[in-house]
Amino acid sequence: MAVCIAVIAKENYPLYIRSVPTQGELKFHYTVHTSLDVVEEKISGVGKALADQRELYLGLLYPTEDYKVYGYVTNSKVKFVIVVDSSNASLRDNEIRSMFRKLHNSFTDVMCNPFYNPGDPIQSKAFDSIVSAMMVQAC
Amino acid sequence: MESLTLSDVEQKYYSELFLSCDVDNTKKVASNGKVLDLFRAAQLSNEVVLQITELCGATRLGHFGRSQFYIALKLIALAQSGMPLRVETLNSVRDLPLPRFVMGKNEQEPRHAVMFADAENQGHYFPRPPLRVQAKKVSAHEMIQPCVPTADPQPDTTSPVVSPHQSPPTSPHAWRKHKRQASGGNVDRQPSVPGVVWPSFREAQPGPVTGDGMWSAHSPPPVQETWVSFTDTPPSSTLPMHPPSAQPESTTVRTGMSAMITNEIQRQTSGYDDPWKITDEQRQYYINQFKTIQPDLTGLIPGSAAKEFFTKSKLPILELSHIWELSDFDKDGALTLDEFCAAFHLVVARKNGYDLPEKLPESLMPKLIDLDDSAGVPEPATEVSFSASPVEVTPNKSPSMPSLNQNWPELNQNNEQWETFSERSSSSQTLTQFDSNIAPADPDTAIVHPVPIRMTPSKIHMQEMELKRTGSDHTHPTSPLMANPPELSDETKLAASIKFPGTSVGDGYSSSDSFTSDQEPISSAVNRQRSHSGTSPEGLKVVAPPPPPPRPHASHSRSSSLDMNRNFAAVPAGSQQPGVVAFPPAVPPRPLPTQTSVPHGHRSVEGDGLPAHTSTSPHQMPEQPNFADFSQFQAFAVDQPEDDEENPSDSGQAERCPEAAGTMRTTKNDVQAEERNATTVNSAKVSTPLAPPPKPVRRRLKSEDELRPDVEDLPQKSNVIATVLATQPSIPRSIGKDKKAIQASIRRNKETNTVLARLNSELQQQLKDLLEERISLEVQLEQLRPFSHL
Repeated sequence: MAVCIAVIAKENYPLYIRSVPTQGELKFHYTVHTSLDVVEEKISGVGKALADQRELYLGLLYPTEDYKVYGYVTNSKVKFVIVVDSSNASLRDNEIRSMFRKLHNSFTDVMCNPFYNPGDPIQSKAFDSIVSAMMVQAC
Repeated sequence: MESLTLSDVEQKYYSELFLSCDVDNTKKVASNGKVLDLFRAAQLSNEVVLQITELCGATRLGHFGRSQFYIALKLIALAQSGMPLRVETLNSVRDLPLPRFVMGKNEQEPRHAVMFADAENQGHYFPRPPLRVQAKKVSAHEMIQPCVPTADPQPDTTSPVVSPHQSPPTSPHAWRKHKRQASGGNVDRQPSVPGVVWPSFREAQPGPVTGDGMWSAHSPPPVQETWVSFTDTPPSSTLPMHPPSAQPESTTVRTGMSAMITNEIQRQTSGYDDPWKITDEQRQYYINQFKTIQPDLTGLIPGSAAKEFFTKSKLPILELSHIWELSDFDKDGALTLDEFCAAFHLVVARKNGYDLPEKLPESLMPKLIDLDDSAGVPEPATEVSFSASPVEVTPNKSPSMPSLNQNWPELNQNNEQWETFSERSSSSQTLTQFDSNIAPADPDTAIVHPVPIRMTPSKIHMQEMELKRTGSDHTHPTSPLMANPPELSDETKLAASIKFPGTSVGDGYSSSDSFTSDQEPISSAVNRQRSHSGTSPEGLKVVAPPPPPPRPHASHSRSSSLDMNRNFAAVPAGSQQPGVVAFPPAVPPRPLPTQTSVPHGHRSVEGDGLPAHTSTSPHQMPEQPNFADFSQFQAFAVDQPEDDEENPSDSGQAERCPEAAGTMRTTKNDVQAEERNATTVNSAKVSTPLAPPPKPVRRRLKSEDELRPDVEDLPQKSNVIATVLATQPSIPRSIGKDKKAIQASIRRNKETNTVLARLNSELQQQLKDLLEERISLEVQLEQLRPFSHL
């Protein structure tokens, strides 16, 4: 279960960020922000290889003592970042991948909406619901 | 007149009331008659009314200006709340409730319950008009002609029309409160209708719904605003939304609505049945609108066009976005007719103050089956969507998504299944066709594997034959053979292949004379068996690859002796002797073949049988020539060339011929005396297959004598057959011996081959060296020559 989920646009500003409110959200925002550097590093590392050769799932970006950060990049350079609690029984890679896939699908649905202007913050309720389903249930 | 401070709510309310009284549309003056009616509706005594009018200054002016009107209203409120009517108190009273008016004949339903609800003291003036619902609902139908504000020519910001923008945020509160209150299914207070209400419409209201006591004392002012009653039949169901144009349509709708009034009144107490159901008129209207954008009713409206269209409704983009998410079922960025109707319906509802649902209501879901289905259909429709179309899977995903929160792994799994399902939808048709009818007819073989089905013209032919075959008696495979002489080869092949893995191998042999049945792949046998067992002809799709061409098959140790096969081959191929079946693939002992080889040799001399047999039974070839050799020797002791003729391929045998010839020659003289005993010895020979060479030689000599008379060959052949039959058990050993001899000769040949090859390579090398020397010498010579030419 994720603790924080963020969607970052190509220009590296957040389109959507949501975290479990129990903890300081600022901390998560900061974490996501720093993870962007790692993302950039990973996607620029491919270099000559074209985008389609690059895999979308970036994997574990970096771990800290409390949590782990996973990244995923779409072909349009929209980044998804998931922060997962380390104490949580470590989620398998598959599960993280599936979470990203769901995120990507929901994001695509949001994009399909003609009333959504790309670059606007995502306010779709459907997207919210999907993200909520992924988040840790705040007890 | 002192200035009057009104709260926002009051401001709105009063302005609406003013407008309602503003019959002449002057926006300045309320007609006296209307105002007086209004005041009377306030259920105040006449003198109080007079007092109020005097206080507000209307009597002075002779008419009700806006300010007077407002003051009057406030005074009415004061009076209703029981306070003394003092002008000074107008502004001092803070929480003055809004004046209440009871409607008379007109069914001018109070509209802004929302506004009331927003007021803090909403508790005051909500005496629940229990039955009002119906009327309100009814009038809601008529009243609510929510036209897109763009079309509404009411630019006055203070007009009630403005409220659409303001009330939506408030309506939820009201609505929810109502819902809470409406435990009995009766909504006490209808949510406000932010929809635009045309003043003109009020007059056109039909009477039927009239108030008849449905209006409690508390009825809000007789404004033309209508209530949208939200009980069982939501106003949305009665809201034909008219974008800019259609006035005449509104009238038709209105009249249509009146017909539905009674129905809805009756249905009122049923509760929240299907609040989102689209009525036929609405649907028809939506369809017409659809046509204006997309003439093809089965086509799609692209997202951009839909965006423009719905933007005209002046809903906030966020809400439109939400509506889009709900209504675009297949998430394709375009709207089908059903999706469009759903979206339109949601827009209408939203404009009338209804909350957008979290997920698409079932009645709005695109009907997979029929447009005019009842509410029951969407249930199976959604289920059908799962199984039928992958596209419909995803819409179920989204509505149900909110509910699936706890079971994350399960959700994953489900989604993945859905996703993969949708991905795989197109590829499913490309799966290769496998014949599922795999069960072999003959359990003995038990070869079960999916066999790819392939159709080729030749196989179709075979299929036909198989069909004929399945019709025929299984036990007599010969009959179809006899029946289809042209396909004899195939049929017999089939028979052979079928029988081959079975018990009766002899049959295979009998029919294998003309071809190599044992070359058939097992799968073909399986298939044949399947067909043979009478499985559906459809299962008889092609089967085996064409049998490989006959090739020397030396490994068949138990292959029938050449004699037997040849004997049987001599028998007309068509006739199948049951006795033949009984013969095991025995090879006659050496002596016998030598005996029988005489006639064979004879025949081979003739040159007819042998080639045929060699072609048909290659496994017999190695042995045949042997025997033929021996026979040659017997017949023509020194006639080597003939042997070679008979055995062009086997040099090893030629080697043996000399050996045998040598032995024969040496022993020939010896056994001359024993010719007479040859016949008896022959039989003895049969029993002792390991006859020492002299004996065979003796027999050969004897058979030499016998050979001469050609006539005797045939009877001897029968004798040979008998002897062969008798000596079947002992035959294998002699066969083994022959086989070993052949193998030995093969080994020797190989050795000589390698030796020769080495020699060859060495010689080649020497040749190269010599050539090089020669070249060098020639070069030297040429160098020297020019000097000579000097």
